[in-house]
Amino acid sequence: MSQETEISTPQDVEIETAERVYRRGEDSAILRLSESQVQSYRPEDDRRMVINMGPQHPSTHGVLRLSLEMEGETVLRSKPIIGYLHTGMEKTGEQLSFLQGPTNVTRMDYSSPLFSELAFSLATEKLLDLEIPERATWIRMLMCELNRMSSHLLFQATNGMDIGAVGAMIYGWREREEVLRLFEKITGLRMNHNYIRPGGVAADLPDGWRDDTLQILENLPDRLDDFDSLFTGQPIWHERLQGVGVINATECLALGITGPLLRSTGYAWDLRKDIPYLRYEEVDFDVLVGSYGDCFDRFAIRLNEIRESMRIVRQILEKMPEGDYRIQDKKVTPPPRVRIDESMEALIHHFKIFTEGFKVPAGEIYVAVESPRGELGCYMVSDGGPKPYRMHIRGPSFTNLQVLPHMLQDCLVADAVAVISTVDPIMGEVDR
Amino acid sequence: MSGEETTEDVEEIDGVDDAETPSSVSHGQNVLHPTRENLLEVIGNLRTEGFAVCIDLTAVDYLENPKRDLPTTVKPERFEVVINLLSHTKRERIRLRVQIPEDEPTLPTLFDIYPGSEALEREVYDLFGIHFEGHPDMTRILMPEDWEGYPLRKDYAVGEIPVQFKEAPGS
Repeated sequence: MSQETEISTPQDVEIETAERVYRRGEDSAILRLSESQVQSYRPEDDRRMVINMGPQHPSTHGVLRLSLEMEGETVLRSKPIIGYLHTGMEKTGEQLSFLQGPTNVTRMDYSSPLFSELAFSLATEKLLDLEIPERATWIRMLMCELNRMSSHLLFQATNGMDIGAVGAMIYGWREREEVLRLFEKITGLRMNHNYIRPGGVAADLPDGWRDDTLQILENLPDRLDDFDSLFTGQPIWHERLQGVGVINATECLALGITGPLLRSTGYAWDLRKDIPYLRYEEVDFDVLVGSYGDCFDRFAIRLNEIRESMRIVRQILEKMPEGDYRIQDKKVTPPPRVRIDESMEALIHHFKIFTEGFKVPAGEIYVAVESPRGELGCYMVSDGGPKPYRMHIRGPSFTNLQVLPHMLQDCLVADAVAVISTVDPIMGEVDR
Repeated sequence: MSGEETTEDVEEIDGVDDAETPSSVSHGQNVLHPTRENLLEVIGNLRTEGFAVCIDLTAVDYLENPKRDLPTTVKPERFEVVINLLSHTKRERIRLRVQIPEDEPTLPTLFDIYPGSEALEREVYDLFGIHFEGHPDMTRILMPEDWEGYPLRKDYAVGEIPVQFKEAPGS
C-alpha cells in the first residue's frame, strides 16, 4: 500500500469501516452503523440504503425501532432495535415485597396486565405452597379470559389502522372499552389493575357483575360479525395479508415463538390445553390453528380466539362457585377492614403485612401461563425474605420479536407494516 | 415440604447421564446442574430427546445469597445461568442451572442449537455481564450502547434522588 492511500484521519477510518461493512454484505453489521455513516459511503453501483423505521412511527406499536436495509421498496435485511422503554422493572421487582410485586409486573404488558399478575402470583403461591380457594381460581380465569378478549380487540383496532382500515380502530376500541368498563367496575381501574395478588384476588366480584358480563357476551357476537363482514371476506384485506410474512412451524420452534404466531403455522400448542393451569381442564374450548402461517392466519386466529374466550366465559359463569375470594391464611392475608377498627391485634397485623410483607420460603420456581401473545413465564428466586431475590418475567413479545428479520426478508416496506402489526408486540413487555 | 431439593427421588431423564450431571427437583420441576464444560453436550442430548424449544434463558446473581439449595456435588459460584427448555411431545419442562464463576463470566452460546436464544443471551449479557462465546452479536440490547456497569448485578445500586428536607418553621 502506497503512502498516499494510507488512512490517516479519524474520518477516513470511519468511512473505511463503513465501506468494509457495506461490502461484506451478508451479516447484519451494516444495520449497526448510523445512517450518516452509511450514507457517507455510497458506491455508485450500489442502490442499497439503510433507513430507520421508528422509534416514533405510528405503526411500530410504541417505541420499536427497525433498521431496514432497502433496495427500492424491498427490504433486504432488518434488525429490531429495542430498549427505548426499558425502566429496569426486574430490578425494581427485587426492591418490592411479594405483596407489592403485582403492582410492578402489571405495567409490563399493558394491554393484558392480568396475565403478568397471574404468573407472578402463581409463582409466589407455589413457593409458599398455598392452595387458593376455588372461587378465587375461577375469578382469575374469568378475568383472564375477558382480558384476552380486550387484548385481541385492541389488536383488531391497531392492525386495521396499520393496514389502512381506519374504521377498524373505532370499532375495535369501542368493543374493548366495553370490557374495560367491566374491569373498572370489578378492579377499580381500566388498566394496570393489581387485582390478582398472591393468595387470591384483591376484591370479590361486585354486585351485578354477572349481568354486565352477560351484556358483553350478548353484544359482542354481532359486532364480531361486523369485523367479519368488514375484513375477513374483503378482497383488499386478502391482498394485503394473505401470503405476507410467512413462517413455518420449524422456524417458530427454533426461535422460541409461542402463541398465535406459532398456532398460525398449524401447530396446535396452547398452554391452557397442553399444560393446564388454574381450572382450564374443566372448561371446553378449541385451540385454533391456521394453515399458512401468514398475516391473514394470525389475524383470523386472534379474531376467533375472542369467540373461544367468550365460550369459556359462558362456562365460567355457570360454574362460578361460592366461597372466599382470597385465602384465609393470616400469613399472607391482611385482616378485613372492619376488624381494624375494633382490634389492636388486627391493626398491628395489617401494619406488619403492608410494611414488612410476608416471608416466602427459599427456593426457585418457573411458572408459565398462556397470555394473548404466547407463553408468559415468571422465574422467581426467594432467599427466605419478604422480597423476591430475583424476579424474571419471560415476556412473549420479547422472544416473538426475533421473528421479524425472518419475516421481513424480501418483502415490501408496505408489507413490513402489516407484519409488525400481526406479530403484535407490546413494547412495555419487550423492554420491561 | 416439596421445595426441598432432593437427589434421591429424581426421575430418570432420557439422554442425561446421571453420573455426570447432578439433578434435583424443585417444587415438582426437574432441574439439571450441568457444568460449563458439558453444557452443550447435555443440551444437545436433550434436544434430540424432544426438548425442541428454549423457552427462557436468564441469570441470577447470588452475591448476597451464596448459601442455596444445590446438590452436594455442585460447587456454588456467584452467577447462575438458568435455561428453561420445553418439550412439546412430552409436555414437559426441564430447567438447567449452570454455575458461572465471578472472575470468568463466560458461557458457550446456545445459538447453534436454539437460534431463539439470541435475544435472551444478549439480555443476560446486557444486564449481568455474562459473555456468551460464539454469539453472533454480543452487544447491549436494552441499555444504551455506552452504558457502564451491569444493572441486574447485586452490587449495582438502585438509583435514588436525594430529598432535601427543610427545617420546620419556627424551629
